[in-house]
Amino acid sequence: MSKIEVTPGMFSKLESKPTLKTPITLLLSALVVIAFFGFLGKPGDVSFVWSDKREAIQLPAFTVNSMLFCTVVGVVLLLIAAFSIYRSVHAKKTPVWLIAIFGFGVMMALLGWLATGAVQGVQMIFILSNTLVLAIPLILGGMAGVMSERVGVVNIAIEGQLLTGAFVSAVVGTMTGNLYVGMVAAMVAAGVLSMVLASLAIKYLVEQIIIGVLLNVLVIGITNFLHSAWLDNDSSHLNYPGTFDKIALPLLSDIPVLGQVLFNNRITVYLMFIIVPVLWFILFRTKLGLRARAVGEHPLAADTVGINVAKTRFWWVTLGGMVAGLGGAALTIGNVGSFGREMSAGQGFIALAVVILGRWQPIYVTLAALLFGFTIILRVWANQVSPGIPVDFITMVPYLVTLVAVAGFAGKVRPPAASGQPYIKG
Amino acid sequence: MKLELRNITKRFGTLTANDNISLTLEPGEIHSLLGENGAGKSTLMNVLYGLLQPDEGQILIDDQPVNFNGPGDAMAAGIGMVHQHFMLIPVFTVAENVVLGNEPTSKIGGLDLDKARELVKEISDRFGFEIDPDAKIQDLPVGAQQRVEIIKSLARNAKILVLDEPTAVLTPQETDELMEIMRGLAKSGTSIIFITHKLREVQQVSNRITVIRQGKVVASPLPKSSASELASLMVGREVDLNVTRKPVKVGAETLVVKDLTVLDDRQHQMVDGVSFTVRDGEVLAIAGVQGNGQTELAEAILGLRKIHSGSIEVAGRDLTKSTVREVLEAGLGYIPEDRKKDGLVGDFTIAENLMLDGSFGAPFAKGFQIDFAARDRIADELIEEFDIRTPSATTLAKQLSGGNQQKVVVARELSRELKVLVASQPTRGVDVGSIEFIHEQIIAARDAGKTVVIISTELDEVLALADRIAVMYRGKIVGIVDSKTTREKLGKMMAGIAA
Ligand SMILES: Nc1ncnc2c1ncn2[C@@H]1O[C@H](COP(=O)(O)OP(=O)(O)O)[C@@H](O)[C@H]1O
Ligand SMILES: [Mg+2]
Repeated sequence: MSKIEVTPGMFSKLESKPTLKTPITLLLSALVVIAFFGFLGKPGDVSFVWSDKREAIQLPAFTVNSMLFCTVVGVVLLLIAAFSIYRSVHAKKTPVWLIAIFGFGVMMALLGWLATGAVQGVQMIFILSNTLVLAIPLILGGMAGVMSERVGVVNIAIEGQLLTGAFVSAVVGTMTGNLYVGMVAAMVAAGVLSMVLASLAIKYLVEQIIIGVLLNVLVIGITNFLHSAWLDNDSSHLNYPGTFDKIALPLLSDIPVLGQVLFNNRITVYLMFIIVPVLWFILFRTKLGLRARAVGEHPLAADTVGINVAKTRFWWVTLGGMVAGLGGAALTIGNVGSFGREMSAGQGFIALAVVILGRWQPIYVTLAALLFGFTIILRVWANQVSPGIPVDFITMVPYLVTLVAVAGFAGKVRPPAASGQPYIKG
Repeated sequence: MKLELRNITKRFGTLTANDNISLTLEPGEIHSLLGENGAGKSTLMNVLYGLLQPDEGQILIDDQPVNFNGPGDAMAAGIGMVHQHFMLIPVFTVAENVVLGNEPTSKIGGLDLDKARELVKEISDRFGFEIDPDAKIQDLPVGAQQRVEIIKSLARNAKILVLDEPTAVLTPQETDELMEIMRGLAKSGTSIIFITHKLREVQQVSNRITVIRQGKVVASPLPKSSASELASLMVGREVDLNVTRKPVKVGAETLVVKDLTVLDDRQHQMVDGVSFTVRDGEVLAIAGVQGNGQTELAEAILGLRKIHSGSIEVAGRDLTKSTVREVLEAGLGYIPEDRKKDGLVGDFTIAENLMLDGSFGAPFAKGFQIDFAARDRIADELIEEFDIRTPSATTLAKQLSGGNQQKVVVARELSRELKVLVASQPTRGVDVGSIEFIHEQIIAARDAGKTVVIISTELDEVLALADRIAVMYRGKIVGIVDSKTTREKLGKMMAGIAA
């Protein structure tokens, strides 16, 4: 008698054939960098400025011929592409970190090319710190998305939650004269909005997408109305909160480059630094997180071990809404200093995309959001250093890089299995 | 711990799933609940487990009335349940599933997975299970998943264990092992409610038997009752599941499957180099425990699933890359394993369901238009011919009983010009009367010289219908044997041991 042999799983697994998708994309990108930024690039010098004038430790600016710089970067990229091809031929994946380095190289070449001949050079601190600040609403909105989708509720209403947070923080901050009160009010208001989503989606089993869209339309309508009918009449007493002061963390903020970028910021940024790792820890290292994920994967199974599905969903969605509210506050009192009509401008929807791009993992979602933050500042900056450049084309580049990065990620995109499904108890 | 269910009634709308049911369970006892599909066994257990609230009746533990508002309450009272459909989270590990809802925590409040692993190890060792605490559920075979479910209950100190149709997913050998485990548990003081519709198993392990029919307790026969006694109690009349078959001269090789490989989305070979041929006038049964690639094989033949490699031929025509419509037009009839999901549109009428695959042309359609008169006439004919018990042809399919729904599917498929019939689990969840009828229809198709493939996890059905039997195990065909092969040998083949 012979027993059929199979791998420890259930069925034997087919060796996956090497896919050349990633290496070829890398190769083409590297060639584009060498050809267009290098050989056909702009003659002249570019300088990378790493320090602010105010800083204690001054790093010298790095000045180099633009075509030479881009060619050298391009050659390095070419080497990475070659390595990736070598791995693919041996049926191995290209590691994600290597693709990240590749992406960083492309960005540097792009920045160098754009700033050729510009007096101010590539101001790294300006670019990086603005990337961070602009990404905060996206990151926090993304966390709201993660928190609700992980428990199985699709949250289309992030846009509305951001806008609510922005509006309430500006108005309450101005009226009370205390921005912290404004911030807390923003979180509470967006939390209440989420409670509406949560209870309708859970208790009344209304289609989650419909409620989300309705809430967004509702919030846009209400804030627009209040803005023109109320705030505009007396802006200085209603919509003039200003922004939080920047807090430079002692010692840490003296680290060259990173100190200024990371540790000289407003409270909204620091709160993000806390929220993201804490959320990661709770989701993946505590029983609360285990239960939440169980509810999002298989609510009936969670129910059979005594987990209250409705309650879990309700609180995670609500707390997620509060985080999004904080993201809204980051738009006004964390950055601009007043509320403007529809100022969230679709960032809540970008946050949804960021959640998927980041595979429902807080850390990846944050990285994805930073990438979007970078494209926003790139658009502004490219216009300054090299006027007349087709800005829309330039801002496309980071997305192309993203596509490559996503293709390089191992495995398929798999949302929580019960995402969007109401749970009906017998 | 003693359990008593007293006069439990549970209704779903107009349907009374449990009608005044009472039963008791003594400590260390194995109490079997025997009943046909749809008799109300799972419903009763869901009431016991707090998943459903009874409309009437009481649950008593050690003679004290208790009230379970949710499974949490039932578990706290010492009741554990292994559901018919496993309640495991596929992307979690064994250890995570076992402690879910009852997690050990470290000092700083984090999840203590080391403790969870130890717990799994300790219980596995005690009962001789070989389970890796760090394996992901989705990578485990069903038999192992079931043990995880048992561990999960034991980890919560269950004094009463409910096993709902636990043998449906097991090979005969695994079933025997499970019986051993059950006896061991009972000896150590755990009482067990064992739910099944298989008579042999009931005779093997029960201390006590309760038979449920259409929501009512009909008898409490002694464990030494004969199989035919139990069967007639369960069904309510004498049953004879032996189908009479005339010997038929086999004809041409009409269905030829060669080296067929089908992948799932994680690159697993769900069908792994399968080859067989079936002739006209012959029934090939594909036997095997549920989940060994039979579903994927059937779907690949119909053209629902992409074929990775290999080929399928019907009457000399290559259908490997064909669309479902081309396959149907080539003369293939298909009875899917899940009639509610793939066989019928529940909200369509019976007449509409009977023409689901015929909307392209005659006799149901003329050009763009449906010929309503023809549709209704044909529907009436088929209802008559296939004994579909329904008030009218305009009744919605979802309002029929399982057996009659299945007859609608069978009628639709058999009323076309067929060369090949592929029937997947043709009688799953169907009452005994309908089983007899559907079996007769399948054999009639064979006698009329059609090529028939049935895919079934029920050995009884396989033995009743097959001329030849192919056994599938983990995507491969272990062997193709004739219908006189013993149960024991088939059982071994179902566990992957080739003869
Ligand atoms: N949640 C429900 N809603 C409506 N009907 C149900 C529900 N659950 C079960 N039923 C019906 O109750 C009857 C008994 O089902 P079940 O207890 O699952 O039977 P068994 O486990 O004995 O096969 C069946 O007719 C089934 O269709
Ligand atoms: Mg059942």
